[in-house]
Amino acid sequence: MGINKIYKTVEEAIADIPDGATIMIGGFGHAIDRPQTLIKALANKGVKNLTIISNSAGVAGKLGIGSVGGKPFIDEELLVENGQVKKVICSVPASLVMSKPNAFEKLYREGKIELECIPQGTLVERIRAGGAGLGGFYTPTGVGTLIEEGKEKRIIEGREMILEFALKADYALIRAYKADTMGNLIYQGIMRSFNAIMPQAAKVAIVEVDEIVEAGELDPEGIVTPGIFIDRIVKIPREESK
Amino acid sequence: MKERLSREVIALRAAREFFDGAVVNLGGGIPALAANFVPEGRTVIFHTENGALGFGPVPRSESETKPHLMGASGIPFMPQPGMCFFHHADSFAMIRGGHIDITVLGALQVSEKGDLANWTFPKRMVGNIGGGMDLAFGCPQVIVTMEHITPSGELKILKECTYPLTAPRCVSKIVTDIAFLIVTEEGLVLKEVAPGWTVDEVQAVTEPKLIIGDDLKEMEL
Repeated sequence: MGINKIYKTVEEAIADIPDGATIMIGGFGHAIDRPQTLIKALANKGVKNLTIISNSAGVAGKLGIGSVGGKPFIDEELLVENGQVKKVICSVPASLVMSKPNAFEKLYREGKIELECIPQGTLVERIRAGGAGLGGFYTPTGVGTLIEEGKEKRIIEGREMILEFALKADYALIRAYKADTMGNLIYQGIMRSFNAIMPQAAKVAIVEVDEIVEAGELDPEGIVTPGIFIDRIVKIPREESK
Repeated sequence: MKERLSREVIALRAAREFFDGAVVNLGGGIPALAANFVPEGRTVIFHTENGALGFGPVPRSESETKPHLMGASGIPFMPQPGMCFFHHADSFAMIRGGHIDITVLGALQVSEKGDLANWTFPKRMVGNIGGGMDLAFGCPQVIVTMEHITPSGELKILKECTYPLTAPRCVSKIVTDIAFLIVTEEGLVLKEVAPGWTVDEVQAVTEPKLIIGDDLKEMEL
């Protein structure tokens, strides 16, 4: 028996994701930090009515913003344009180039997709709270703006703050650099972003990595994501990551 | 038509506000250009919200460009001794926690009280809040860089913002293509005008009544 978190293919790793699932998708928005292979597998699987929690609604991949040489890459826009997404909770829903609207904007203007647009720091902290067993937190961000509407307010240390609730998900799809067989993860450069925060907040966390090594091969002092947060690991060397 | 300052010169003027040892986050567009103009003799630690601190300049060639070394706007950076990486919860702890001294942001509108509107306008129906709202709330010094008016001539420095706010009363300094202003309790103080511009000309494209700084001068470039 023992622990076996390693899956041979992304298709097997996502096989049980049902229609209506709430899915966190990791990364900030650059080619290297997105779980491109898992996103593509989810698109091919065709599950519908998904709620996506991510930094963006897919704003950079098609434009190739955040890749070497401006090469296009896969992000959640693929799921949005396939009509698989019911709702997006994110901080960056609209195209980074106003003259080139993304799939999300088009559907949103037609009333075909829901949006909860929130400040990025609030988004990541809500996810962190979800993974940390907290109900929520008070933040000054958003006071006196549209963001405060309908939210409980308190003055803490003389500053007005609003109550924000934790976010959780059924699945988290993330990208890391290396995993060991226990699920411990390390990253490279800017890859940590939302990748190192989302697994804790999901019932099932699935990671695609460049390399899987034996337990003991990663320096325990340098582990960023402790293995107990990770349920499934798939090896996808970077050149195949799309 | 009078000559207006280029985007690079606006960024250069903003960068003069970076004090030695400052931790600085730059937004996309004109603000990002300020990285190239850190005043000589001053050390500035740049922060990017996607998880890096203390990184180096933009690589000179694509062969030096690495996919894991890129800032929030997708602009690549070179490694530099002392650089470090972190996840998003830490990145925004730095921002909200007041650990980032200065942020430079673009703006659609700024009010005389220092209210900032920079994430959307009603016609677009949807906009990108991104990390800007946390930066505007969390950083002790918010410097706005922007063109003084819109391409179609609409004023951007107003008595009250008409677009949805990013944060109320957060802006401390404004650098435009014709002026440098600071926000005070009494109102907007005009500190510098671009070469060739007069106070009246700047006032004519600024809705609130400007306070003329005692030390008003022409911007040194």
